[in-house]
Amino acid sequence: MSLRIVVCVKYVPDATGDRQFADDLTVDREDVDGLLSELDEYAVEQALQISENSDDDVEITVLTVGPEDAKDALRKALSMGADKAVHVEDDDLHGTDVMGTSLVLAKAIEKAGYDLVVTGMASTDGTMGVLPAILAERLGVPQVTLLSEVAVEDGKVTGRRDGDAASEQLEASLPAVVSVTDQSGEARYPSFKGIMAAKKKPVESWDLSDLDIEAEEVGLEGAWTAVDSAAKRPARTAGTIVKDEGEGGKQLAEFLAGQKFI
Amino acid sequence: MAEVLVYVDHVDGAVRKPTLELLTLARRIGEPVAVALGAGAADTAAVLAEHGAVKVLTADAPEFAEYLVVPKVDALQAAYDAVSPAAVLVPSSAEGKEIAARLAVRIGSGIITDAVDLEAGEEGPVATQSAFAASFTTKSRVSKGTPVITVKPNSAPVEAAPTAGAVEALAVTFGALATGTKVVSRTPRESTGRPELTEAAIVVSGGRGVNGAENFHIVEELADSLGAAVGASRAAVDAGWYPHTNQVGQTGKSVSPQLYIATGISGAIQHRAGMQTSKTIVAINKDAEAPIFDLVDYGVVGDLFQVVPQLTQEIKARQG
Ligand SMILES: Cc1cc2nc3c(=O)[nH]c(=O)nc-3n(C[C@H](O)[C@H](O)[C@H](O)COP(=O)(O)OP(=O)(O)OC[C@H]3O[C@@H](n4cnc5c(N)ncnc54)[C@H](O)[C@@H]3O)c2cc1C
Ligand SMILES: Nc1ncnc2c1ncn2[C@@H]1O[C@H](COP(=O)(O)O)[C@@H](O)[C@H]1O
Repeated sequence: MSLRIVVCVKYVPDATGDRQFADDLTVDREDVDGLLSELDEYAVEQALQISENSDDDVEITVLTVGPEDAKDALRKALSMGADKAVHVEDDDLHGTDVMGTSLVLAKAIEKAGYDLVVTGMASTDGTMGVLPAILAERLGVPQVTLLSEVAVEDGKVTGRRDGDAASEQLEASLPAVVSVTDQSGEARYPSFKGIMAAKKKPVESWDLSDLDIEAEEVGLEGAWTAVDSAAKRPARTAGTIVKDEGEGGKQLAEFLAGQKFI
Repeated sequence: MAEVLVYVDHVDGAVRKPTLELLTLARRIGEPVAVALGAGAADTAAVLAEHGAVKVLTADAPEFAEYLVVPKVDALQAAYDAVSPAAVLVPSSAEGKEIAARLAVRIGSGIITDAVDLEAGEEGPVATQSAFAASFTTKSRVSKGTPVITVKPNSAPVEAAPTAGAVEALAVTFGALATGTKVVSRTPRESTGRPELTEAAIVVSGGRGVNGAENFHIVEELADSLGAAVGASRAAVDAGWYPHTNQVGQTGKSVSPQLYIATGISGAIQHRAGMQTSKTIVAINKDAEAPIFDLVDYGVVGDLFQVVPQLTQEIKARQG
């Protein structure tokens, strides 16, 4: 038996950098260094663990939709241990929103062939966290999302979803779309051997025509949402800071009382 | 007047506060029609009518509890087809966002998630969102299809607006995908008796500085003296000191209370992402250089083990 896993990974601006919007109000991907979204490292990790725990012949493909530099994200995932990579890149993709990105990912996943799709819980730049559900809808397969534990056995995926009101044990047949949270277990660091091996692993490049997608369906023009303005939040006005000399708790209580919290 | 669909978040008929806030926002755009699903759905009607729902569409079926997300999408779509609304509003919970997103795909609409405000605009509703760990504020619209928008808790006041709120049964036919993901078992969370983190007016959080699960009672006692919810940084959660459901930040809850008190928390960007929009921010940290102090209205540089108990005691004394 074979098991084909596609892991969706996103290349994002570093959250600790000075993230901003470009003039056209899309996320500025040029002036801030990018990297593989930390939350997608968990997806790669779980795919690797599923592979390690499986008797099947497992092949892990990492897939990204993004600009030229997004190859860095693929390289990192390959050096962690994924087998091959697909990079969907096209100038017409600039400014694509979640509806367009999910369309491109769904077509690419179908072209690559899959039994299981694994994604992160959310991207660290857009932070919508809805793409996995949309992918399941578009692909017409079960959605098994926001898992803090996941296992694949006998053509079934099982996992635990820790929600607000309850913790749920879930089960679905393959093919399926899974998303994993940052509670699913620390991601491994690439080993030196892994980094060297990654250099020889295949990275395919596809553009929109490879996926039979028209330029009008994606990009800023084709977007389903429009950002009209983006303003930097005014810096908070400097507050009062006191050093505790034995009365710090009381001073704070005085402040809270003044603000009518007590 | 155009109708606006509002998805109701409720527990056995008890409507959660963010849904009432949604009704306030929905009334700015049109006439709210509520959709309540699952056990106790019909019991939501009185409260919803009290807050402006002109109609309450209800449906109950075992599928809603036995399978993940999709049965609810089928039902919301049935409501959408029945009403042809001007917009669909859904509370921004993890599940709410997934339901909204799948509906948007089906009806060929764009989606906006995690709005913190909503107004009527010439080209449809305009949503305010926070971006990049709340360092930017954006205004956006859905430009294709019927706007589907999810809204965060604490984004609008709850307002009384009594109306008829007639209950109507919603006919739902489940599609083939509805039974795709089975909920094999469900373990409800035990109630702590404290307010819900995302809905609380005051949140008191503890971080790595709390230094152990056995010390978290210091944070809890301060929270209880103020009737507050308890939060934690990821460092405290990862160390196993406090449950993940209480985590504040990018991969936890995002909160926007009247007052946020951070104790033993440095203020990393991912933590700030979840609390930066709080009205008043207070921090207690022994490191005067901690970035959290850049955000505060009032900060105490000191040992939380001294400052917090003294604060709690003083609050109790003042309350008499
Ligand atoms: C993808 C990603 C997602 C993340 N998501 C989140 C998230 O959702 N939420 C989150 O919180 N973090 C998140 N993080 C982690 C974040 O980067 C920080 O590591 C974390 O917030 C640090 O928690 P802390 O402030 O409690 O610990 P530290 O940074 O170690 O700070 C502890 C503070 O306590 C102070 N202190 C120590 N002892 C005392 C004392 N006795 N009295 C007073 N002060 C004391 C210290 O001076 C220090 O400032 C995320 C990281 C990544 C990469
Ligand atoms: N451009 C992209 N390329 C590949 N995967 C993506 C892309 N955007 C989002 N994803 C995946 O979808 C998940 C959720 O993203 P989002 O809904 O945008 O927050 C991420 O953790 C990724 O696994």
